[in-house]
Parts: sequence; C-alpha cells; structure tokens
Amino acid sequence: MNKRKKGDKQSSWPRLLTLALYIVFTLIPLYWLLNTSLKTNEETLSVFTMWPNQPTLDNYKVIFTDASWYSGYINSIIYVAINTVLSLLVALPAAYGFSRYRFLGDKHMFFWLLTNRMTPPAVFLLPFFQLYSTVGLMDTHIAVALAHMLFNVPLAVWILEGFMSGVPREIDETAYIDGFSFPRFFMRIFLPLIKSGVGVTAFFCFMFSWVELLLARTLTSVNAKPISAIMTRTASAAGMDWGILAAAGVLTIIPGALVIWFVRNHIAKGFAMGRV
Amino acid sequence: MNKPYNNKAWFFILPVFLTVAFSAIVPLMTVVNYSVQDIISPEQSVFVGLEWFRAVMRDSELHSALLRQLIFSFCVLLVQIPLGIGLALSMPAQGWKSSAALVILAMPLLIPWNVVGTIWQIFGRADIGLGGYVLSRLGMDYNYASNSLDAWITVLVMDVWHWTPLVALLAFAGLRSIPDAYYQAAQIDGASRWAVFRFIQLPKMRGVLVIAVLLRFMDSFMIYTEPFVLTGGGPGNSTTFLSQYLTQKAVGQFDLGPAAAFSLIYFLIILLLSFVLYNWMQSAGNSGQTTGANHE
Amino acid sequence: MARIEFRNLGHAYGPNPASLQDYALQPMNMVWEDGGAYALLGPSGCGKSTLLNIISGLLVPSEGQVLFDGKDMTQMATRDRNIAQVFQFPVLYDTMSVFDNLAFPLRNRKVAEKEVRSRVHEIAEILELTRDLNQRASGLSADAKQKISLGRGLVRKDVAAILFDEPLTVIDPHMKWQLRQKLKQIHHQLKLTLIYVTHDQVEALTFADEVVVMTNGKVVQQGEPEALFVRPDHTFVGYFIGSPGMNFYPLQIDGDAVVIGQQRVDIDAEQLQALKHANGELKLGIRPEFVELTTAGAPGAVSAKVVQVQHLGTSQLLTAEFGGQIVKARLDASARLDGGRQWLRLAKPETIFFSNDERIGR
Repeated sequence: MNKRKKGDKQSSWPRLLTLALYIVFTLIPLYWLLNTSLKTNEETLSVFTMWPNQPTLDNYKVIFTDASWYSGYINSIIYVAINTVLSLLVALPAAYGFSRYRFLGDKHMFFWLLTNRMTPPAVFLLPFFQLYSTVGLMDTHIAVALAHMLFNVPLAVWILEGFMSGVPREIDETAYIDGFSFPRFFMRIFLPLIKSGVGVTAFFCFMFSWVELLLARTLTSVNAKPISAIMTRTASAAGMDWGILAAAGVLTIIPGALVIWFVRNHIAKGFAMGRV
Repeated sequence: MNKPYNNKAWFFILPVFLTVAFSAIVPLMTVVNYSVQDIISPEQSVFVGLEWFRAVMRDSELHSALLRQLIFSFCVLLVQIPLGIGLALSMPAQGWKSSAALVILAMPLLIPWNVVGTIWQIFGRADIGLGGYVLSRLGMDYNYASNSLDAWITVLVMDVWHWTPLVALLAFAGLRSIPDAYYQAAQIDGASRWAVFRFIQLPKMRGVLVIAVLLRFMDSFMIYTEPFVLTGGGPGNSTTFLSQYLTQKAVGQFDLGPAAAFSLIYFLIILLLSFVLYNWMQSAGNSGQTTGANHE
Repeated sequence: MARIEFRNLGHAYGPNPASLQDYALQPMNMVWEDGGAYALLGPSGCGKSTLLNIISGLLVPSEGQVLFDGKDMTQMATRDRNIAQVFQFPVLYDTMSVFDNLAFPLRNRKVAEKEVRSRVHEIAEILELTRDLNQRASGLSADAKQKISLGRGLVRKDVAAILFDEPLTVIDPHMKWQLRQKLKQIHHQLKLTLIYVTHDQVEALTFADEVVVMTNGKVVQQGEPEALFVRPDHTFVGYFIGSPGMNFYPLQIDGDAVVIGQQRVDIDAEQLQALKHANGELKLGIRPEFVELTTAGAPGAVSAKVVQVQHLGTSQLLTAEFGGQIVKARLDASARLDGGRQWLRLAKPETIFFSNDERIGR
C-alpha cells in the first residue's frame, strides 16, 4: 500500500523504544511473581535464581485442593458477578432517564452520584459494619455486592448515559409509533444498539469490584471471604509462605487477563465514553 | 439534543437512588451522628457538638499524615500524567500490535490491589526479589522496610506501575478521536511534531485528561491497600497516608467520635481539592495561548 | 499558481490490479491550466477524493505522474508541494486566535513577523474576518471557521493550488450562497488555481470554469458546464447533471427508423447512419428541458400516456409513460395539458445517441 498517512507516528524509533521499555517494566514484576510461584519456599529463601532450579507446581496444588484457599476465589467471583448484574440492572434505567429527560433535581442527582465515587471507602468501614450487622447481612456475598455498588453504580450510569446519548431520540419515537410498549422497545431495540456500552460498563464493574480489598474484607469473615482477604491473612502470619502467596497472586491475575482479552477491541471506545 | 422536561423520569432513577441511598446516605448519617457524640459505651453517649472536629484539626499526627498524602498525590500526578500521555503517543493506532499493547498495558489495572502490594513486596526485597537483588548488587543500600526514603520510592514506583495505564488508556482513546483531517492540515501548514502535539493533540485530549487527573487525584488521595500490604505504613509511619490513618483510628483505636469527624473532613478535603483542580483545568484550557495578537 | 498535469495517473489500493475494476482511480491523462477553477463532480466513491489526495500528496499513486508546472511532484511530501486544502468540516487550531490561525503557516516557515502581520491583515480583509482577528477561533460560526481554513491557504504567497473537499457540507443553506460568492470573488481577485470536489452538481456548475465528472474511478467528461449539459459524452453525465436528469431509451434499428418503446420514431439520417455503424447497446437520450409537445404523427415523436403533472411555478414537469418507458418533460407553465395521451417529440437536434453508454455521432 502506498498510503502515507500522518498517523504514522509509530515509525519513529524513540517512541517505539519508550513503549517497549514500559512494556518490559510492566511485565518484569509479573514474571517475578510467576517465578516465585513455581519455586519451593526453601529455594526461594536460600538461593537467588531467575528461573526455578526445580520448578514445582506444589504451590498451585495446595490452592486447588485446600478449601480454605480455593473458596476464596469462588467467593470473590460470586460477589463480583452479583455486583455486575445488579449494577447494570439499576444503572440502565437511570442512565436512560438522564439521557432522555430533564427533571426536578437532575443535575444535583447526577452530581451526588459522582460524589459517591469521591468518598474514601475507609469512611464507610464502621458504618457499613454496623449497617450490615443490623440487617443481618454480615459475611454474605450480597453484602459485598451491595457495598461495591456504591462506587460502581455512579460509574455505570456515567458510562451508559454517554452511550445512550449517542442513540438518536427518533429511534425511540419511531418505536412508539410502531406500537412497541416501553419494555419491548428497551429490550429489543434499544439495548442491542448500546451493546458495546453495556459490555464496557460490565467490564468496569467487574474490574473495580474484583480488585477492591478494604470493604470486601470488612464485611466478610468466613462464608464469603474473598481471596484478597485470605492472602492478606497469610501475609500477617509469622512465617511467610512466599510460594503459595505468589501462586495465589498469579491465579487472581488470570480472570482479569481473560476479561481484558475479550473486551480488547472495546477498551479504547469505553475509555472514550468518559465524556470526551 | 433537546430533552423534554418530565418528572416521571424519576421512576427510572428510583432504583439507583434507593440503592445508593441505602449504601451511602444511611452510613453517612451514622458517621455524622458519631462525629458529634462522645460514645462512652454502647448505651451511653453525650452530645459534644463540634468538639471532635476541633480535636481532629489540632491533631498533629493528622497533620503529618495529611502532608504525606499531599506530597504523595502531587508526585503521583507529576509522574503519571506525562508518562501516560507519552505512552499513548507511542502506541500504534491500529492493528494487532495495538491490541497486544493495550492488553499488556491494561493488565496491572485488573490485579487485586493486595496482590499489587504483594508483587512489589516480593520484588523489592534484596533476598527474594529481582528489583532488590539488582539494586544491592549495584552497591546500593536499598531496604524499603527500614529506610523511609526507599519505602517512599518503592510505594511511588508501585503506584506508577499500577495506575499509569489508566492515564495511558484514557489518553489513547482521546487521541483516536482526532480526525485525520487535522493531521493533514498540519502537514499542509508545515507544522513541526511539537506544534502538532501542542496545538492539536493536547487541546483535543483535554476532556479525557481532565478525567484522568481527577480520577488519579481522588484515587491516590484515598489509597489504602497497596501501601498497607507493601510497607504496612512504615517504617514507623513514614508511608502512612490518610486512609490508613483513618482506619487505624476507627478500627484500631476504636475512637469512633474523632474517626467520624475526621471522615467528614477527609471527604470534604477531597471534594474541595477536586473542585479546585477541575476549575483550574477548565480555565487553563479556555484562556488559550493567543500570542502576538493585537490587544483590543 | 501552477499548471497541473496528470500523466497516466491511476491508483489501485491492492498490489496487482488485474482489471479496471480493481482501480480506485483508473489511469488517465488530464491538464488543468494555471489559475483555472475546476470542479470534480461525482457520487460518493467515484474516486474524486482519491484524486484530491494524490494532488495534495497525502496519497502516493500506484502508477503515473503528477506534475506542477512541468515538475514531477509525484513522490514529493505534502509540505513541499505548496498546496492548501479546505476540508469538509472546519479544521482549526482551537486554542489560537483567528490571527494566530492565519499566521500559523507563515510562522512555521519562519517568515518575518512584520510580513506575517501585513499578510494576515490583507487576507483577513478579503475574507471579511478583520473584526474577528482577536477572537478565539473556536467560538465562531461554521462559515467563519471555513473562511479561516481557507485563509490559512491564502496567506502563503507561493501556494500552487487550493483544494476544496466538499467544504460546504456543514454550512447552513443560506450561508452556502454567500460563501460560494466569496470563493468566486477570490478566484477573480487572486487568480489562483482552485480545485473543488463535490457531489452537488449545483455547486460544481456554478463554481467552476470546467467540470470533471467522475464515476466508479473513471473520468467520464471534462468540460464547461454548458457543454456537459448539452453534449454529455457519457450517459452518466446525462443522468447526473440536470434535475431531473436526462431521459434514456434503449432503441432498436428498424430499417430507416428506430423503435423505442414499441413505437417507430423517425430520426435524422446522419444520426441513423452513425447508429448503424455502431455496435453495442444503443440508447437515445434527451433532456426533459428539450422534450416538446407536438401534434399527432409528427416526425420524431411518440404517443405517451400522462401519469403526472407537477406545477412548479414557471414551468411544469410532465411525467408520461409509453411502452414501458417513462418520459419526463419540462414544459412551459402555460402549456395546456389535457389528461389522457400526449404526443411528445423526442428526436430533435438536441437529442444525443449513445452506444455502450458513450456518445456517438455529432
């Protein structure tokens, strides 16, 4: 192809070098985690090796067989899934309302939603503890899911509203003229049009809920304890089991990597929906 | 889009309102309640007005934590924003290389925050970590557990590793939205690369950059898990930032009243600084750079 | 200002074009004189933007050459070509004032500030932007912004040609006319070579000295607006220009006359000869403006059933049908049309005949 476009900035080597260096910077600590997870503790503590002398999968075996470990992953996935679904369920109608109408207090409402994103989770530690104890939801997956909705829902509304505003009102009006009831219109016409917006929102909800520790740990003790809490418990024990810790860490990265892989084509578009 | 005025839209908003109200308003009321009471025992509490607020403002430990927090957030913005923009400029626009770069770059964002702390905890140690090992072999006396400066640097590097991709992805999205015609016009006008950046790319990225700056500021100001796992706030309290300080007070020492008062102040500080930051960025963008023009 | 020449210029996006279909722009030769105003007219995807990008240097053609004043520019970079371009939407430097926008191309070329100042004022005056010079460019209306885009091209003294890529797309209809006048004025005043790409025939015909009509990557005709209207070289030109476009009828030769829509029509003897010599699909073309009402049995006429009559103030548009063919005729408002059937004369001096869509005969 003979096309010479101005977007050919990547042909300049200083930029490629910067990018390459940064990618190396990103990958090295991850590699090291993997490395440590494949060593026995004895090896880790005695010699320094770039790759295990005797690679072992024992650390992983422990995690997969010990219920106190693998239950953590299951718990995390459960509440993250609940959170994503619930956040989407409440955010979709709200985003539609903001996108299509003006109403009493709309700007204030929107701003109030955003301020929830600005509140330090630490502020909610005690109140949440008391609140969820009072309603008997302590140590349940739903409690963590609800708590995470505090900062996921504003973000979801923000993103979805952006996508929805891109759909012309004429489509709504045409559907009504054609005799669609609102629920049918929403499910069969509107939602498919903002498919990628829903995908992006689900991605962000997953992301923020999966990575959060403080609230997830505070609201759980035994039944719904997430993997992050289990790992930090390990860290405070006297003799650190680096191998298992590293293996557990590697395993937490996998769901995230998979999710990114699936939404990779929509990542740029999703970030753009932050009200460019 | 001309939006019609219709209060029935509140039906759409209701689920969100109820959920967030439950998650936010009720707890906040609790906090406000505690902030003006002295809780001597679960049954007995005395109304003390603004007493706790005054005490908190006088607390010198708080002042130190606040100062550390401000320095930290400042450093974070100073490094991550330019670095993120630079990365976005370096990334290929399309193709498999673009997807691959995006995926690798985005990975740190999806790692649970405690694992981020663990990764750097291991990586930074001279005995079991590559980073620490290399530094000690280069003759440097590096130990993040005992040396405050080393701890600070490690926490900063960890945060850069963790969060710069957010800025880079936002900036990348902003760059992709610039129509080719602008670059073509710049070629025709004979503009240098720097001029293209300064007059086309940077202005057109303003929207995403405002979001990036606000998000990074707010999140760095609220940071808890990563430094807690990495240094535990130490050595001493040299890396104890505001969230950890609050958590210590609330959960550790169980000083509910002062903790509640501080919570409110904490939130207000973030709100205020975010507001100031937002307005400053908007006006910096609007004043423009009109050089050499005749003044009216 | 430059004379632009294309030698065997063609472009295919794929590596080995096997047939003409593979080309986005089929190889062609053309000359545009210095100081002329040319329009590239055609529907979307016809290759006009490809040609424009080749001229501006944003695209390097896969074969052939582009010459400015005899100098081969084909491989030369955009910034060295001294062309200016106005895009479909205003392309401005938002953070700068109008003055700085206009001054930008000069400052990049290290022109002395004093000259920058005088040149900017000169151009601003021509474009009627003088009172806006200190305003931020981003706050102005769309037509003012396009004028600024144009101005950035005009400030450079050495500009060879100014290219317009559908520049009135985002302009309000009532401002379009004003901007077109402004462009004509600039053309007279500054005598620059102007190349205007559009899909709107009104814009093309009113703006240009010569119009180049393109379709599917092929240049089908280059000529003055009048010529395109009266003597199209290709059925596409007949169809695309005029509102409504030319009427076309497939015909068969029957002895010493032709058959159109199952009716025998007598035509000019010379034309008949030309038709007999041609091999290919034969068509008769006549513009609605030239179809005339006539009496029964008149030479060159057909009998058609009236389908619709639209009164358009100063004229009437008649739509009639015969033998499966539709005829549109633009008639005088005073013509009396009594429903039923009308005799319409189709074979006249103005009639054009086509073989395989190319004009034959006179």
